Amino acid sequence: MPHIQFQNDLPGILGPMNFSPHTAAPMNALANALLQTDEGLSRGERELIATYVSSQNDCFFCQTIHGAVASEYLGDEDWSFVKAVKCDYEQTNLSPKMKALLAIAGSVQKGGKNVTSEQVEAAQNEGATDREIHDTVLIAAAFCMFNRYVDGLATIAPQNPEVYRARAAKVVEKGYSAEGKYTSEKIIS
Amino acid sequence: MPHISLPEGLPGIRSLAAYRPDTGAALYALAEALLRGDSSFSQADAELIATFTSSLNQCTFCTCSHAAAARFLFESNQDVVDAVIADYQTAPISDKMKALLTIAKCVQEDARTVSEEIVANARLLGATDREIHDTVLIAATFCMFNRYVDGLATVTPTDVADYIPMGERMGTLGYVPPKPQ
Repeated sequence: MPHIQFQNDLPGILGPMNFSPHTAAPMNALANALLQTDEGLSRGERELIATYVSSQNDCFFCQTIHGAVASEYLGDEDWSFVKAVKCDYEQTNLSPKMKALLAIAGSVQKGGKNVTSEQVEAAQNEGATDREIHDTVLIAAAFCMFNRYVDGLATIAPQNPEVYRARAAKVVEKGYSAEGKYTSEKIIS
Repeated sequence: MPHISLPEGLPGIRSLAAYRPDTGAALYALAEALLRGDSSFSQADAELIATFTSSLNQCTFCTCSHAAAARFLFESNQDVVDAVIADYQTAPISDKMKALLTIAKCVQEDARTVSEEIVANARLLGATDREIHDTVLIAATFCMFNRYVDGLATVTPTDVADYIPMGERMGTLGYVPPKPQ
């Protein structure tokens, strides 16, 4: 049960976002600016970073929805690839650049000072640009916020994977918003 | 030295907002909404929670700049800021604020440790749903800002005096993003 009354029964982050629309607006603007672009890192790669950090923070809701969105972008229909990345990305066929960026994201998750010059150089040696390193750090940092918002208020996370699959399709189509419901039906709005 | 090439002459978060203005605009809008907007807290109390979380994350830039803003806003009562940084349990703040800072501390460590008991305790001391929400979101947001600022090793002024005008600006003009460079 959530720690406070959201005045709605929406799942996950939509509960507090609809409780507090004036803070939700810039949070969604941030999510869209960071995740809804292919400049440098692709949308799928960005969602993978978000998913990995959310799994390191053990946030069920965020890792499931962003994992579903990543899978949607990456053609990972049975979610096995995203699961493998969360479990041990070193053993996957991700590019050396993405592995180096995930290492940076993992350090950010523990605390910003954990990112070392060596990690940054390793990513640069694999071809990562300043912009890609910047976006990796900010995605990882932002999910340390989103995850804490979701879990710190004990929001409700749907258990049915189809709910996330349907929402992911909508995110891919329309981007992030505090509007709409999580439902296993295709949402028409 | 920053991990990536950032605009020169700007410290901390300002260098990052100038580097990528679109995310910078969203981040500054969030800080403005959360710390100065339609919040349940006075601006001084909101800055106190931001300072407290940043000090737990050992982010020097965010701690010093938000502490400077909080000192400016608390005016003659500004010693409370350093007392909270040193030990909030013995600081001269209300029991309700202590209970809310305990929630902020749990959010900073691991949000799953925010228990029904500590929330019930805050409520018993008069905290509203809105205040509990704002506490969790301020703490969560600074777990982002702190990681962003330190994760890219941004320029951090070492002289406390450098933060005084920053705090005054944050306390009066609020969160206005730097001009893109």
